[in-house]
Amino acid sequence: MKTGDRGPETGNMEMSLDALIHPAAAQPMAPRQFLVQNVRRETPDTFTLTLARPNPEEGLIFAPGQFNMLYAFGVGEAPISISGDPDRPHLLVHTIREVGNVTRALCHQKPGRAIGVRGPFGAFWPVAEAQGNDVLVVAGGLGLAPLRPAIYYLLSRRAAYGSVEIIYGARTPQDLLYRRELERWRGRFDLRVHVTVDAAPSDWKTNVGVVTALLPRARLDPFHTVAFLCGPGVMMRFTVRELLNLGLKEDRIFVSLERHMKCGLGMCGHCQLGPVFVCKDGPVFRYDRVKDWLDRREV
Amino acid sequence: MEDLEALLAAHPFFQGLAPRFLRLIAPCAARVTFNAGQFLCHENEEAKQFFVIHHGRVAVEIYRHRGGPVTIQTLGDGDVLGWLGFLKPYHWHLDARAMELTRAVGLDVLCLLEKCQQDHELGYELLKRYAHYLAVQFRVTKLQIMDMYGK
Repeated sequence: MKTGDRGPETGNMEMSLDALIHPAAAQPMAPRQFLVQNVRRETPDTFTLTLARPNPEEGLIFAPGQFNMLYAFGVGEAPISISGDPDRPHLLVHTIREVGNVTRALCHQKPGRAIGVRGPFGAFWPVAEAQGNDVLVVAGGLGLAPLRPAIYYLLSRRAAYGSVEIIYGARTPQDLLYRRELERWRGRFDLRVHVTVDAAPSDWKTNVGVVTALLPRARLDPFHTVAFLCGPGVMMRFTVRELLNLGLKEDRIFVSLERHMKCGLGMCGHCQLGPVFVCKDGPVFRYDRVKDWLDRREV
Repeated sequence: MEDLEALLAAHPFFQGLAPRFLRLIAPCAARVTFNAGQFLCHENEEAKQFFVIHHGRVAVEIYRHRGGPVTIQTLGDGDVLGWLGFLKPYHWHLDARAMELTRAVGLDVLCLLEKCQQDHELGYELLKRYAHYLAVQFRVTKLQIMDMYGK
């Protein structure tokens, strides 16, 4: 990356971090108990839960892009990306969309209630390897949640990167996550933030249109830019195409994939995508490693 | 007139257009400025101008009689507005409102069509640009209407 001829490898961060991100317990199937500290409604169907261990000294060290299996006791378990600050591991933050029984039970937890947590699992955004490069973050809908830890990481080490640009799209202004934080980020001089929605009332002050329409406006040096993408599959497919058109190489594009993850360990096979298991080998992948499997309808 | 040629040449839509063509269309062009809130066009009005936006932000809106205006697209530096104005019956089918101070070059549609009629090479060059712009618009519109952020 600093040499400019090869993209970063997912999962090979500096040792200090690498040593910390594997499921802590020798029993990765056993959930650890966390207490709900705070529940915040982000959108009509999406909530952010802040969790902490009963002993505040204990935390959960993770790398940006990893996920946990969250267990609503008596209901079931669901894989949820970690959306908090990796430099504040004593607080575990998850943003959850209410789509089924488990996520509904998780979203309607009250402060003080207990939740089971297994993890952290999976590969992560190569934020350390991207140092010295420009970073383009492209998120769609709920896809901002797994990217937020990477943004925190980049901003807390801002001098180590070139330009940092965030492009975020959602269906309507009401569907945007982390609105106050987006406003704060937009106010920074060392960060460019573009927000767009598919449709908006006339008092909406910023962009309307799809995420891909904003890519040509990014100040992109294709030879020194690393792109992190997370969002609906269609959005990522079209975003990748546009980035390739703009001259970015496949090994500089990273995508976070979503599959039906169950064990988190690559054992059960639920999340298999061709030769990889999304829970263990992903969810963050270098695009060239999974591109042949992304568009296959039969997998 | 020369500064208008330079202004048009600097816009992505006219990128690569030969200087002789720029000279031909410059007499059809005029600088226009819209303050925030000012409309560039209204639905059903005669489409007299094709706008080449240099600076600013424009909301493209559809008015719903019970719901008021809804913004379906925003345009900014490097975009164009009014390409459908070249098709008869030359009427706007949308409203466009400046969201902030917007500077553009307005090209007289009838004048431009006349130039294209006189010089088919110019017509072909502009047609290629419209076709490309149209293809991009179709692509983004398809993505927009498929509701890709839905559950």
